[in-house]
Amino acid sequence: MKSTLINMVAVLFSITLIASAGVGAVNMITVEPIAAAKAAATEAALGVVLPAFDQTEVAEQTIDEMPIKVYTATKEGQTVGYAVETMTKSGFSGVVKLMVGFLPDGTINNVNVLQQAETPGLGTKMCDEGNPLLAGVKGKEATGTFRVKKDGGEVDALTAATISSRAYLDAVNRACVAMMNATGQEAPDMVSGATATTANAEQTEPAAQEGGQNE
Amino acid sequence: MNKLQITLNGILKSNPVFVLVLGMCPTLGTTTSASNGMGMGLATMAVLIMSNLVISLIKNLIPDKVRIPAFIVVIASFVTIIQMLMEAFVPALYASLGVFIPLIVVNCIILGRAEAFASKNSPLDSIFDGIGIGLGFTLALTVIGAVREILGSGAIFGVSLGIADVMPLVFVLAPGGFLTLGYLMVLFNKLAKK
Repeated sequence: MKSTLINMVAVLFSITLIASAGVGAVNMITVEPIAAAKAAATEAALGVVLPAFDQTEVAEQTIDEMPIKVYTATKEGQTVGYAVETMTKSGFSGVVKLMVGFLPDGTINNVNVLQQAETPGLGTKMCDEGNPLLAGVKGKEATGTFRVKKDGGEVDALTAATISSRAYLDAVNRACVAMMNATGQEAPDMVSGATATTANAEQTEPAAQEGGQNE
Repeated sequence: MNKLQITLNGILKSNPVFVLVLGMCPTLGTTTSASNGMGMGLATMAVLIMSNLVISLIKNLIPDKVRIPAFIVVIASFVTIIQMLMEAFVPALYASLGVFIPLIVVNCIILGRAEAFASKNSPLDSIFDGIGIGLGFTLALTVIGAVREILGSGAIFGVSLGIADVMPLVFVLAPGGFLTLGYLMVLFNKLAKK
């Protein structure tokens, strides 16, 4: 069709109008199922990281400018544990979100990976059952000072995924701090810990890193 | 051309990855495992079929000079709609593919087929072109993903083959992607010539 100013403006205007109406309509249909799916995912993660409970209460905190949610789980009025929805921005690609479960005695009960986009076959091993990171923090006292062995800590890193391992522990440490804040305990200095982790990450030789993958 | 020819053409003679060499960014970025590649391929196919159909239907209403922006608006709307529907009704699939979905908007295969095929052919033919090119893309991405997953992490579709420790890690990284793509392209064109 021949282009004139009037028909170009009219056609583009109508196409964008119809398209936005369509997107808006679908959004109205999907907004509730999306919320429900997210709630179900949170509920499932809580079930994985906590002992049996019948009620949860949620409180929000902000640590290092990241929103952290603390769920206090109770059963028949008795506190049976805390679950912290924590995150880190120091993952290899994108944000890593974890759900960390604590028992009332301050030990880590279990950790569930909610969201990650690490390199498949390397960093994604953090989602596996019984991976070295999970083994390194599970049942341990939640001091908030977990480090991989390379950084002088106690936890075995995932093979060839040091950055992802540091990110995982960074998120776990942030969860510990949030839990201590929530229960009124003295928290360790998270900020200096985070800075040390970043500095170490830059010094690592290329061979130990996951390699470049730009998308 | 009959419908079968159009479909086969998309898979073999003008395979988007191995022959047309289009859409290299999602091809290299998402094929770190077979299931990622397949998911990206299927999501692209869904968008491609719908955008081909709609663009073919409205091709006579669009003035030539604004056809590209018009196509992009149509494609971007479909991508957004698919993303929202996936997040709402198949959250598990969305969790593994969510990050790739917005990449489909800038996938040049979709705009390329809108421009080269859908804007010149009937709606029905355009649907079959979408199916053919979509299948060709899905097959290529699945094969590349499978090769990289086997060679790099010793697994296939996430099932470990128990050989992970002896496999060269480089295949799941970017250089391995280029190597795999190059050799598969040679192999494909050699076989397709016969």
